[in-house]
Amino acid sequence: MTDKPLPRETPRSQPFWDAIRAHHIDIQQCDDCRRWVFFPRLHCPHCFSRRLTWKTVSGEGELLTYTLSRVPTLPEFADGVPQKLAVVQLDEGPHLNTTLVGLAEDEIEVGMRLRPVFDDIVPGETTLLRYTARR
Amino acid sequence: MVGLAAIVGTAQYKPQRRFDGPPMFALDQVADLAGLAMADAGLAPQQIDGLAIISVFNEARMFIPAMVGEYLGLKLNFGEIVDLGGATAVAMAWRAAAAVELGLCQAVLCVIQARPGPPDPLRELGQGARRGLGATSAAYGAPEAEFDVPYGHVAQNTGYAMIAQRYKAIYGYDPAAMAKIAVDQRANACANPDAFFYGQPITAEDVLASKMIADPLHLLEIVMPAVGGAAFIVARKDIERSNTHRTALVRGFGEHIQCKSPSYADDMLVTPIGPASRRAFAMAGLTPKDMHLAEVYDCYTITVLLTLEDAGFCEKGTGAKFIRDHDLTWRGDFPLNTHGGQLSFGQAGMAGGASQLVEAVQQIQGRCGERQVPRHDLAYVSGTGGVMSEQTALVLEGAP
Repeated sequence: MTDKPLPRETPRSQPFWDAIRAHHIDIQQCDDCRRWVFFPRLHCPHCFSRRLTWKTVSGEGELLTYTLSRVPTLPEFADGVPQKLAVVQLDEGPHLNTTLVGLAEDEIEVGMRLRPVFDDIVPGETTLLRYTARR
Repeated sequence: MVGLAAIVGTAQYKPQRRFDGPPMFALDQVADLAGLAMADAGLAPQQIDGLAIISVFNEARMFIPAMVGEYLGLKLNFGEIVDLGGATAVAMAWRAAAAVELGLCQAVLCVIQARPGPPDPLRELGQGARRGLGATSAAYGAPEAEFDVPYGHVAQNTGYAMIAQRYKAIYGYDPAAMAKIAVDQRANACANPDAFFYGQPITAEDVLASKMIADPLHLLEIVMPAVGGAAFIVARKDIERSNTHRTALVRGFGEHIQCKSPSYADDMLVTPIGPASRRAFAMAGLTPKDMHLAEVYDCYTITVLLTLEDAGFCEKGTGAKFIRDHDLTWRGDFPLNTHGGQLSFGQAGMAGGASQLVEAVQQIQGRCGERQVPRHDLAYVSGTGGVMSEQTALVLEGAP
Protein backbone atom coordinates (compact mmCIF):
# COMPACT_ATOMS: atom_id res chain seq x y z
CA MET A 1 0.00 0.00 0.00
CA THR A 2 1.02 3.56 -0.44
CA ASP A 3 0.08 6.89 1.06
CA LYS A 4 0.85 8.68 -2.21
CA PRO A 5 -1.94 10.09 -4.36
CA LEU A 6 -3.02 7.51 -6.92
CA PRO A 7 -4.45 8.10 -10.38
CA ARG A 8 -8.16 8.76 -10.40
CA GLU A 9 -9.18 6.66 -13.38
CA THR A 10 -12.21 7.67 -15.41
CA PRO A 11 -14.27 5.84 -18.05
CA ARG A 12 -12.37 7.90 -20.62
CA SER A 13 -8.91 6.86 -19.45
CA GLN A 14 -9.55 3.30 -18.33
CA PRO A 15 -8.11 1.63 -21.48
CA PHE A 16 -4.82 3.41 -20.78
CA TRP A 17 -4.66 2.22 -17.16
CA ASP A 18 -5.85 -1.29 -18.05
CA ALA A 19 -2.95 -1.53 -20.50
CA ILE A 20 -0.44 -0.17 -17.97
CA ARG A 21 -1.60 -2.79 -15.43
CA ALA A 22 -0.93 -5.42 -18.13
CA HIS A 23 2.51 -3.88 -18.70
CA HIS A 24 1.99 -2.44 -22.14
CA ILE A 25 1.19 1.05 -23.32
CA ASP A 26 -1.94 1.91 -25.26
CA ILE A 27 -2.65 5.42 -26.46
CA GLN A 28 -5.20 6.84 -28.86
CA GLN A 29 -4.55 7.47 -32.55
CA CYS A 30 -6.79 9.57 -34.76
CA ASP A 31 -8.27 7.56 -37.65
CA ASP A 32 -8.57 10.71 -39.73
CA CYS A 33 -5.35 12.73 -39.33
CA ARG A 34 -3.32 9.75 -38.04
CA ARG A 35 -1.77 11.77 -35.23
CA TRP A 36 -1.39 10.31 -31.76
CA VAL A 37 -3.18 11.65 -28.71
CA PHE A 38 -2.15 11.82 -25.07
CA PHE A 39 -3.73 12.24 -22.50
CA PRO A 40 -6.94 10.35 -23.34
CA ARG A 41 -9.69 12.44 -24.87
CA LEU A 42 -13.11 12.37 -26.46
CA HIS A 43 -11.70 13.88 -29.65
CA CYS A 44 -8.49 14.47 -31.58
CA PRO A 45 -7.01 17.80 -30.41
CA HIS A 46 -5.37 18.24 -33.82
CA CYS A 47 -8.40 17.87 -36.15
CA PHE A 48 -11.32 17.43 -33.73
CA SER A 49 -12.27 14.07 -35.22
CA ARG A 50 -14.19 11.79 -32.85
CA ARG A 51 -12.70 8.70 -34.53
CA LEU A 52 -9.94 7.67 -32.13
CA THR A 53 -8.61 4.12 -31.81
CA TRP A 54 -6.62 2.70 -28.90
CA LYS A 55 -3.35 1.17 -30.14
CA THR A 56 -0.37 -0.42 -28.43
CA VAL A 57 2.93 1.46 -28.80
CA SER A 58 6.46 0.68 -27.61
CA GLY A 59 6.38 3.56 -25.15
CA GLU A 60 9.96 4.44 -26.00
CA GLY A 61 10.95 8.01 -26.48
CA GLU A 62 13.38 10.72 -25.46
CA LEU A 63 13.80 12.93 -22.44
CA LEU A 64 12.30 16.31 -23.28
CA THR A 65 13.20 17.83 -19.92
CA TYR A 66 13.46 17.04 -16.22
CA THR A 67 14.13 18.49 -12.82
CA LEU A 68 15.42 17.14 -9.54
CA SER A 69 13.02 18.39 -6.92
CA ARG A 70 14.97 18.61 -3.67
CA VAL A 71 11.93 19.74 -1.72
CA PRO A 72 9.02 17.27 -1.82
CA THR A 73 6.26 18.56 -4.07
CA LEU A 74 3.75 17.07 -1.60
CA PRO A 75 4.51 15.73 1.89
CA GLU A 76 3.79 12.19 0.66
CA PHE A 77 6.81 12.33 -1.64
CA ALA A 78 9.26 13.19 1.14
CA ASP A 79 10.71 9.66 1.09
CA GLY A 80 11.87 10.05 -2.51
CA VAL A 81 13.82 13.29 -2.76
CA PRO A 82 15.21 14.34 -5.02
CA GLN A 83 12.16 13.52 -7.08
CA LYS A 84 13.36 12.90 -10.64
CA LEU A 85 10.45 14.51 -12.44
CA ALA A 86 10.54 14.24 -16.21
CA VAL A 87 8.67 14.86 -19.44
CA VAL A 88 9.05 12.19 -22.11
CA GLN A 89 8.36 12.70 -25.78
CA LEU A 90 7.11 9.39 -27.15
CA ASP A 91 8.43 8.38 -30.57
CA GLU A 92 4.85 8.80 -31.78
CA GLY A 93 4.93 12.48 -30.77
CA PRO A 94 2.90 13.00 -27.60
CA HIS A 95 4.49 14.19 -24.35
CA LEU A 96 3.84 12.63 -20.96
CA ASN A 97 4.78 13.36 -17.37
CA THR A 98 6.65 10.71 -15.45
CA THR A 99 9.51 10.09 -13.06
CA LEU A 100 12.90 8.61 -13.86
CA VAL A 101 14.14 5.48 -12.09
CA GLY A 102 17.42 3.58 -12.01
CA LEU A 103 19.47 6.62 -12.98
CA ALA A 104 22.00 8.58 -10.98
CA GLU A 105 21.61 12.36 -11.07
CA ASP A 106 24.61 12.78 -13.36
CA GLU A 107 23.34 10.16 -15.81
CA ILE A 108 20.29 12.23 -16.70
CA GLU A 109 20.56 14.26 -19.89
CA VAL A 110 17.96 16.05 -21.99
CA GLY A 111 17.57 14.17 -25.28
CA MET A 112 18.56 10.75 -23.88
CA ARG A 113 16.70 7.67 -25.10
CA LEU A 114 14.26 6.23 -22.60
CA ARG A 115 12.23 3.06 -22.16
CA PRO A 116 9.18 2.45 -19.98
CA VAL A 117 9.29 0.80 -16.58
CA PHE A 118 6.03 -0.55 -15.14
CA ASP A 119 5.89 0.16 -11.43
CA ASP A 120 3.27 -2.02 -9.72
CA ILE A 121 2.38 0.23 -6.81
CA VAL A 122 -0.55 -1.95 -5.73
CA PRO A 123 -0.19 -5.19 -7.72
CA GLY A 124 -3.22 -5.87 -9.89
CA GLU A 125 -4.73 -2.52 -8.97
CA THR A 126 -2.42 0.37 -9.65
CA THR A 127 0.61 0.52 -11.91
CA LEU A 128 2.46 3.72 -12.74
CA LEU A 129 4.47 4.33 -15.90
CA ARG A 130 8.01 5.34 -15.09
CA TYR A 131 11.05 5.66 -17.34
CA THR A 132 14.71 4.73 -17.41
CA ALA A 133 17.58 4.83 -19.88
CA ARG A 134 17.36 2.61 -22.93
CA ARG A 135 20.93 1.35 -23.05
CA MET B 1 -8.15 51.19 -30.63
CA VAL B 2 -8.82 54.89 -30.50
CA GLY B 3 -7.11 55.51 -27.16
CA LEU B 4 -10.14 56.43 -25.07
CA ALA B 5 -9.26 54.38 -21.98
CA ALA B 6 -6.75 55.11 -19.23
CA ILE B 7 -5.80 53.74 -15.84
CA VAL B 8 -6.70 56.62 -13.55
CA GLY B 9 -6.06 55.31 -10.06
CA THR B 10 -4.50 52.48 -8.08
CA ALA B 11 -4.40 51.02 -4.58
CA GLN B 12 -2.28 48.27 -3.12
CA TYR B 13 -1.79 46.65 0.26
CA LYS B 14 1.79 46.26 1.35
CA PRO B 15 2.50 42.52 1.01
CA GLN B 16 2.86 40.59 4.24
CA ARG B 17 3.97 37.06 4.97
CA ARG B 18 0.88 36.67 7.16
CA PHE B 19 -1.90 39.17 7.64
CA ASP B 20 -1.48 40.83 11.02
CA GLY B 21 -5.00 42.24 11.34
CA PRO B 22 -8.39 40.69 12.03
CA PRO B 23 -9.58 38.47 9.15
CA MET B 24 -11.72 40.33 6.61
CA PHE B 25 -14.32 38.85 4.30
CA ALA B 26 -13.43 39.12 0.61
CA LEU B 27 -16.35 41.54 0.24
CA ASP B 28 -14.80 43.84 2.85
CA GLN B 29 -11.34 43.59 1.29
CA VAL B 30 -12.87 44.57 -2.06
CA ALA B 31 -14.77 47.45 -0.47
CA ASP B 32 -11.65 48.68 1.30
CA LEU B 33 -9.47 48.49 -1.82
CA ALA B 34 -12.23 50.07 -3.92
CA GLY B 35 -12.42 53.04 -1.59
CA LEU B 36 -8.66 53.51 -1.70
CA ALA B 37 -8.57 53.27 -5.51
CA MET B 38 -11.44 55.73 -5.96
CA ALA B 39 -9.73 58.19 -3.64
CA ASP B 40 -6.48 57.81 -5.59
CA ALA B 41 -8.30 58.34 -8.89
CA GLY B 42 -10.35 61.27 -7.64
CA LEU B 43 -13.58 59.53 -8.63
CA ALA B 44 -16.91 59.30 -6.80
CA PRO B 45 -18.62 55.92 -6.36
CA GLN B 46 -21.49 57.10 -8.59
CA GLN B 47 -19.02 57.30 -11.49
CA ILE B 48 -18.05 53.62 -11.29
CA ASP B 49 -20.21 51.53 -13.62
CA GLY B 50 -18.00 48.51 -14.35
CA LEU B 51 -16.45 45.79 -12.21
CA ALA B 52 -13.79 43.15 -12.79
CA ILE B 53 -13.07 40.67 -10.02
CA ILE B 54 -11.51 37.25 -9.55
CA SER B 55 -13.19 33.85 -9.53
CA VAL B 56 -11.69 32.85 -6.18
CA PHE B 57 -14.16 34.40 -3.79
CA ASN B 58 -14.85 33.00 -0.35
CA GLU B 59 -18.42 34.17 -0.09
CA ALA B 60 -19.78 32.78 -3.35
CA ARG B 61 -18.97 30.53 -6.27
CA MET B 62 -21.47 32.06 -8.70
CA PHE B 63 -23.16 35.42 -9.30
CA ILE B 64 -20.13 37.14 -7.86
CA PRO B 65 -20.36 40.45 -9.79
CA ALA B 66 -23.95 40.99 -8.67
CA MET B 67 -23.09 40.15 -5.08
CA VAL B 68 -20.08 42.47 -5.07
CA GLY B 69 -21.93 45.25 -6.89
CA GLU B 70 -24.76 45.06 -4.41
CA TYR B 71 -22.38 45.07 -1.44
CA LEU B 72 -20.43 48.03 -2.77
CA GLY B 73 -23.60 49.90 -3.73
CA LEU B 74 -22.69 50.16 -7.41
CA LYS B 75 -24.95 49.95 -10.45
CA LEU B 76 -22.99 48.17 -13.16
CA ASN B 77 -23.08 48.26 -16.94
CA PHE B 78 -20.26 45.70 -17.12
CA GLY B 79 -19.47 42.80 -14.78
CA GLU B 80 -16.53 40.54 -15.40
CA ILE B 81 -14.81 37.58 -13.71
CA VAL B 82 -11.22 36.87 -14.72
CA ASP B 83 -9.59 33.50 -14.05
CA LEU B 84 -6.09 33.81 -15.49
CA GLY B 85 -3.91 33.39 -12.42
CA GLY B 86 -1.01 35.82 -12.43
CA ALA B 87 -2.10 37.10 -15.84
CA THR B 88 -5.35 38.33 -14.32
CA ALA B 89 -4.48 41.95 -13.51
CA VAL B 90 -3.35 42.78 -17.04
CA ALA B 91 -6.28 40.77 -18.39
CA MET B 92 -8.68 42.85 -16.29
CA ALA B 93 -7.07 46.07 -17.53
CA TRP B 94 -7.54 45.25 -21.19
CA ARG B 95 -11.04 43.88 -20.77
CA ALA B 96 -11.97 47.05 -18.93
CA ALA B 97 -10.32 49.22 -21.58
CA ALA B 98 -12.16 47.35 -24.33
CA ALA B 99 -15.47 47.83 -22.53
CA VAL B 100 -14.76 51.55 -22.15
CA GLU B 101 -13.70 51.84 -25.79
CA LEU B 102 -16.94 50.18 -26.87
CA GLY B 103 -18.97 52.64 -24.85
CA LEU B 104 -20.37 49.99 -22.53
CA CYS B 105 -19.28 51.83 -19.44
CA GLN B 106 -17.15 54.77 -18.30
CA ALA B 107 -15.16 53.55 -15.28
CA VAL B 108 -14.30 49.97 -14.36
CA LEU B 109 -13.16 49.03 -10.87
CA CYS B 110 -10.71 46.10 -11.06
CA VAL B 111 -10.00 44.40 -7.73
CA ILE B 112 -7.89 41.44 -6.64
CA GLN B 113 -8.19 40.71 -2.95
CA ALA B 114 -5.60 38.32 -1.52
CA ARG B 115 -5.87 38.28 2.24
CA PRO B 116 -7.30 35.31 4.11
CA GLY B 117 -10.91 35.52 5.14
CA PRO B 118 -12.38 34.46 8.47
CA PRO B 119 -12.89 30.68 8.71
CA ASP B 120 -16.48 29.54 8.51
CA PRO B 121 -17.28 28.32 12.04
CA LEU B 122 -19.62 25.68 10.59
CA ARG B 123 -17.12 24.15 8.20
CA GLU B 124 -14.50 21.76 9.46
CA LEU B 125 -10.97 22.79 8.67
CA GLY B 126 -9.36 20.89 5.83
CA GLN B 127 -12.60 19.86 4.20
CA GLY B 128 -12.71 19.97 0.41
CA ALA B 129 -9.72 20.75 -1.76
CA ARG B 130 -6.40 19.87 -0.17
CA ARG B 131 -3.64 22.42 0.22
CA GLY B 132 -0.25 22.47 -1.45
CA LEU B 133 -1.41 21.74 -4.98
CA GLY B 134 -0.93 25.31 -6.23
CA ALA B 135 -2.24 25.63 -9.79
CA THR B 136 -2.69 21.86 -10.12
CA SER B 137 -6.23 20.46 -10.10
CA ALA B 138 -6.82 17.17 -8.30
CA ALA B 139 -10.55 17.18 -9.08
CA TYR B 140 -12.06 13.99 -10.50
CA GLY B 141 -11.79 14.07 -14.28
CA ALA B 142 -9.00 16.67 -14.37
CA PRO B 143 -6.16 15.29 -16.53
CA GLU B 144 -3.68 16.48 -13.88
CA ALA B 145 -5.38 14.35 -11.23
CA GLU B 146 -4.49 11.26 -13.26
CA PHE B 147 -1.33 12.03 -15.13
CA ASP B 148 0.51 14.64 -13.01
CA VAL B 149 -0.30 14.30 -9.31
CA PRO B 150 0.50 10.55 -8.93
CA TYR B 151 3.98 11.22 -10.29
CA GLY B 152 4.55 14.20 -8.03
CA HIS B 153 4.18 16.77 -10.81
CA VAL B 154 2.42 19.23 -8.55
CA ALA B 155 2.25 23.03 -8.27
CA GLN B 156 4.51 25.45 -10.10
CA ASN B 157 8.13 25.10 -8.96
CA THR B 158 8.94 21.94 -10.88
CA GLY B 159 7.16 23.02 -14.07
CA TYR B 160 9.22 26.21 -14.24
CA ALA B 161 12.34 24.25 -13.33
CA MET B 162 11.72 21.86 -16.21
CA ILE B 163 11.31 24.77 -18.61
CA ALA B 164 14.62 26.19 -17.35
CA GLN B 165 16.30 22.80 -17.69
CA ARG B 166 15.20 22.49 -21.31
CA TYR B 167 16.35 26.07 -21.98
CA LYS B 168 19.73 25.04 -20.57
CA ALA B 169 19.92 22.07 -22.95
CA ILE B 170 18.87 24.02 -26.04
CA TYR B 171 20.40 27.51 -25.57
CA GLY B 172 22.81 27.15 -22.67
CA TYR B 173 22.36 28.64 -19.22
CA ASP B 174 24.21 31.28 -17.25
CA PRO B 175 23.36 30.89 -13.55
CA ALA B 176 25.09 34.21 -12.74
CA ALA B 177 22.91 36.08 -15.22
CA MET B 178 19.81 34.46 -13.75
CA ALA B 179 20.99 35.51 -10.30
CA LYS B 180 21.51 39.07 -11.54
CA ILE B 181 17.78 39.35 -12.23
CA ALA B 182 17.08 38.69 -8.55
CA VAL B 183 19.96 40.93 -7.40
CA ASP B 184 19.02 43.96 -9.52
CA GLN B 185 15.36 43.63 -8.54
CA ARG B 186 16.40 43.47 -4.89
CA ALA B 187 18.28 46.73 -5.41
CA ASN B 188 15.00 48.20 -6.64
CA ALA B 189 13.18 46.86 -3.59
CA CYS B 190 15.75 48.58 -1.42
CA ALA B 191 14.43 51.87 -2.87
CA ASN B 192 10.81 50.88 -2.17
CA PRO B 193 9.71 51.04 1.48
CA ASP B 194 6.57 49.02 0.61
CA ALA B 195 8.61 46.05 -0.64
CA PHE B 196 8.72 43.00 1.59
CA PHE B 197 12.51 42.75 1.28
CA TYR B 198 13.16 46.51 1.66
CA GLY B 199 16.50 47.08 3.35
CA GLN B 200 17.85 43.60 2.60
CA PRO B 201 20.26 43.79 -0.38
CA ILE B 202 21.60 40.53 -1.82
CA THR B 203 24.47 39.49 -4.08
CA ALA B 204 24.70 36.97 -6.91
CA GLU B 205 26.67 34.77 -4.52
CA ASP B 206 23.75 34.84 -2.09
CA VAL B 207 21.37 33.72 -4.83
CA LEU B 208 23.61 30.91 -6.06
CA ALA B 209 24.34 29.76 -2.52
CA SER B 210 20.66 29.66 -1.58
CA LYS B 211 19.01 26.26 -1.36
CA MET B 212 18.48 24.43 -4.63
CA ILE B 213 14.74 23.81 -4.74
CA ALA B 214 14.32 22.16 -8.14
CA ASP B 215 17.32 22.17 -10.46
CA PRO B 216 18.28 24.71 -11.72
CA LEU B 217 16.11 27.02 -9.59
CA HIS B 218 17.46 28.31 -6.27
CA LEU B 219 15.30 29.57 -3.42
CA LEU B 220 16.11 33.23 -4.15
CA GLU B 221 14.96 32.77 -7.76
CA ILE B 222 11.49 31.76 -6.57
CA VAL B 223 8.81 34.17 -5.50
CA MET B 224 7.77 34.30 -1.85
CA PRO B 225 4.03 33.81 -1.29
CA ALA B 226 2.44 36.67 0.60
CA VAL B 227 -0.96 38.13 1.36
CA GLY B 228 -2.20 41.53 0.25
CA GLY B 229 -4.38 42.90 -2.49
CA ALA B 230 -4.66 45.54 -5.17
CA ALA B 231 -7.18 47.56 -7.12
CA PHE B 232 -7.14 49.92 -10.07
CA ILE B 233 -9.65 51.85 -12.11
CA VAL B 234 -9.79 51.94 -15.89
CA ALA B 235 -11.92 54.83 -17.14
CA ARG B 236 -12.62 57.12 -20.06
CA LYS B 237 -9.55 59.31 -20.18
CA ASP B 238 -11.72 62.44 -20.12
CA ILE B 239 -13.73 61.44 -17.05
CA GLU B 240 -14.15 64.23 -14.47
CA ARG B 241 -11.81 63.74 -11.52
CA SER B 242 -11.13 65.66 -8.34
CA ASN B 243 -7.34 65.48 -8.66
CA THR B 244 -4.77 66.01 -11.36
CA HIS B 245 -2.72 62.82 -11.16
CA ARG B 246 -1.42 61.89 -14.57
CA THR B 247 -3.31 59.04 -16.21
CA ALA B 248 -1.82 56.03 -18.00
CA LEU B 249 -3.39 55.57 -21.42
CA VAL B 250 -4.01 51.97 -22.45
CA ARG B 251 -2.28 51.94 -25.82
CA GLY B 252 -2.05 48.23 -26.62
CA PHE B 253 -2.74 44.82 -25.19
CA GLY B 254 -2.64 41.13 -25.97
CA GLU B 255 -3.39 37.77 -24.44
CA HIS B 256 -2.48 34.21 -25.30
CA ILE B 257 -3.48 30.98 -23.58
CA GLN B 258 -1.30 28.04 -24.54
CA CYS B 259 -1.57 24.97 -22.28
CA LYS B 260 -2.40 24.22 -18.67
CA SER B 261 0.86 22.29 -18.32
CA PRO B 262 4.04 23.17 -20.23
CA SER B 263 4.60 19.43 -20.60
CA TYR B 264 1.97 19.43 -23.32
CA ALA B 265 3.07 22.60 -25.11
CA ASP B 266 4.30 22.01 -28.65
CA ASP B 267 7.50 23.77 -27.58
CA MET B 268 7.71 24.83 -23.95
CA LEU B 269 10.39 27.40 -24.82
CA VAL B 270 8.03 29.32 -27.11
CA THR B 271 5.92 31.09 -24.51
CA PRO B 272 2.50 32.76 -24.79
CA ILE B 273 3.96 36.20 -24.07
CA GLY B 274 5.25 36.25 -27.68
CA PRO B 275 1.89 36.46 -29.46
CA ALA B 276 0.42 38.53 -26.59
CA SER B 277 3.22 41.12 -26.79
CA ARG B 278 3.34 41.29 -30.58
CA ARG B 279 -0.36 42.13 -30.59
CA ALA B 280 0.09 44.72 -27.84
CA PHE B 281 2.97 46.49 -29.58
CA ALA B 282 1.28 46.36 -32.99
CA MET B 283 -1.88 47.88 -31.50
CA ALA B 284 0.17 50.67 -29.93
CA GLY B 285 2.26 51.26 -33.05
CA LEU B 286 5.32 50.92 -30.82
CA THR B 287 8.20 48.49 -30.34
CA PRO B 288 9.96 47.04 -27.30
CA LYS B 289 12.84 49.48 -27.89
CA ASP B 290 10.45 52.40 -27.39
CA MET B 291 9.65 51.40 -23.81
CA HIS B 292 11.09 53.46 -20.95
CA LEU B 293 10.48 50.75 -18.37
CA ALA B 294 9.38 47.14 -18.24
CA GLU B 295 7.35 45.61 -15.44
CA VAL B 296 7.66 41.91 -16.20
CA TYR B 297 5.84 39.16 -14.31
CA ASP B 298 8.52 37.40 -12.26
CA CYS B 299 7.29 34.37 -10.36
CA TYR B 300 10.74 32.90 -11.16
CA THR B 301 13.88 34.28 -12.77
CA ILE B 302 13.31 32.01 -15.79
CA THR B 303 9.95 33.74 -16.37
CA VAL B 304 11.76 37.06 -16.76
CA LEU B 305 14.39 35.64 -19.13
CA LEU B 306 11.79 34.02 -21.39
CA THR B 307 9.58 37.12 -21.34
CA LEU B 308 12.44 39.45 -22.33
CA GLU B 309 13.20 37.16 -25.27
CA ASP B 310 9.72 36.27 -26.45
CA ALA B 311 8.32 39.78 -26.01
CA GLY B 312 11.09 41.02 -28.31
CA PHE B 313 13.39 42.96 -25.98
CA CYS B 314 16.20 40.71 -27.23
CA GLU B 315 16.69 37.79 -29.62
CA LYS B 316 15.76 34.25 -28.64
CA GLY B 317 18.62 32.61 -26.82
CA THR B 318 20.35 35.88 -25.94
CA GLY B 319 18.48 36.73 -22.74
CA ALA B 320 21.43 36.03 -20.47
CA LYS B 321 23.67 38.35 -22.49
CA PHE B 322 20.97 41.05 -22.42
CA ILE B 323 20.77 40.73 -18.64
CA ARG B 324 24.58 40.87 -18.29
CA ASP B 325 24.81 43.88 -20.62
CA HIS B 326 22.17 46.00 -18.89
CA ASP B 327 21.70 47.55 -15.48
CA LEU B 328 18.17 46.46 -14.60
CA THR B 329 17.80 48.77 -11.60
CA TRP B 330 15.79 51.99 -11.42
CA ARG B 331 19.08 53.84 -12.00
CA GLY B 332 19.97 51.69 -14.97
CA ASP B 333 19.68 51.68 -18.75
CA PHE B 334 16.86 49.09 -18.71
CA PRO B 335 14.66 49.71 -15.67
CA LEU B 336 12.98 46.37 -14.92
CA ASN B 337 10.53 45.62 -12.13
CA THR B 338 11.34 48.91 -10.46
CA HIS B 339 9.27 48.06 -7.37
CA GLY B 340 11.48 45.04 -6.74
CA GLY B 341 9.43 42.64 -8.80
CA GLN B 342 7.37 40.05 -7.01
CA LEU B 343 10.64 38.31 -6.14
CA SER B 344 11.49 41.17 -3.79
CA PHE B 345 8.18 43.03 -3.37
CA GLY B 346 6.31 39.83 -2.43
CA GLN B 347 3.66 37.89 -4.31
CA ALA B 348 0.26 38.49 -2.79
CA GLY B 349 -1.59 35.66 -4.49
CA MET B 350 -3.27 36.71 -7.69
CA ALA B 351 -2.65 40.35 -6.73
CA GLY B 352 1.04 39.70 -7.35
CA GLY B 353 0.58 40.42 -11.03
CA ALA B 354 -1.17 43.66 -10.12
CA SER B 355 2.05 44.85 -8.45
CA GLN B 356 3.64 45.19 -11.89
CA LEU B 357 0.67 47.12 -13.26
CA VAL B 358 0.42 49.41 -10.22
CA GLU B 359 4.16 50.15 -10.41
CA ALA B 360 3.93 51.00 -14.11
CA VAL B 361 1.08 53.43 -13.47
CA GLN B 362 2.82 55.06 -10.50
CA GLN B 363 6.07 55.39 -12.45
CA ILE B 364 4.15 57.03 -15.31
CA GLN B 365 2.56 59.34 -12.74
CA GLY B 366 5.97 60.24 -11.37
CA ARG B 367 4.99 59.17 -7.84
CA CYS B 368 7.72 56.61 -7.11
CA GLY B 369 10.00 58.66 -4.89
CA GLU B 370 13.59 57.49 -4.65
CA ARG B 371 13.14 54.82 -7.35
CA GLN B 372 11.42 57.13 -9.85
CA VAL B 373 12.94 56.61 -13.29
CA PRO B 374 13.73 59.77 -15.25
CA ARG B 375 12.10 58.66 -18.53
CA HIS B 376 8.68 57.35 -17.57
CA ASP B 377 6.23 57.94 -20.40
CA LEU B 378 6.04 54.46 -21.93
CA ALA B 379 5.75 51.22 -19.97
CA TYR B 380 5.41 47.55 -20.84
CA VAL B 381 3.61 45.27 -18.37
CA SER B 382 3.29 41.51 -18.54
CA GLY B 383 1.25 38.95 -16.64
CA THR B 384 1.78 35.20 -16.38
CA GLY B 385 -0.62 32.56 -15.11
CA GLY B 386 -0.05 28.93 -14.20
CA VAL B 387 3.18 27.50 -15.57
CA MET B 388 3.61 29.71 -18.63
CA SER B 389 0.03 28.62 -19.27
CA GLU B 390 -1.38 32.01 -20.14
CA GLN B 391 0.22 35.41 -20.54
CA THR B 392 -0.99 38.94 -21.03
CA ALA B 393 0.78 42.09 -22.21
CA LEU B 394 -0.02 45.77 -21.84
CA VAL B 395 1.52 48.93 -23.29
CA LEU B 396 0.83 52.09 -21.30
CA GLU B 397 1.61 55.70 -22.17
CA GLY B 398 1.44 58.66 -19.84
CA ALA B 399 -1.18 61.22 -20.83
CA PRO B 400 0.37 64.32 -22.42
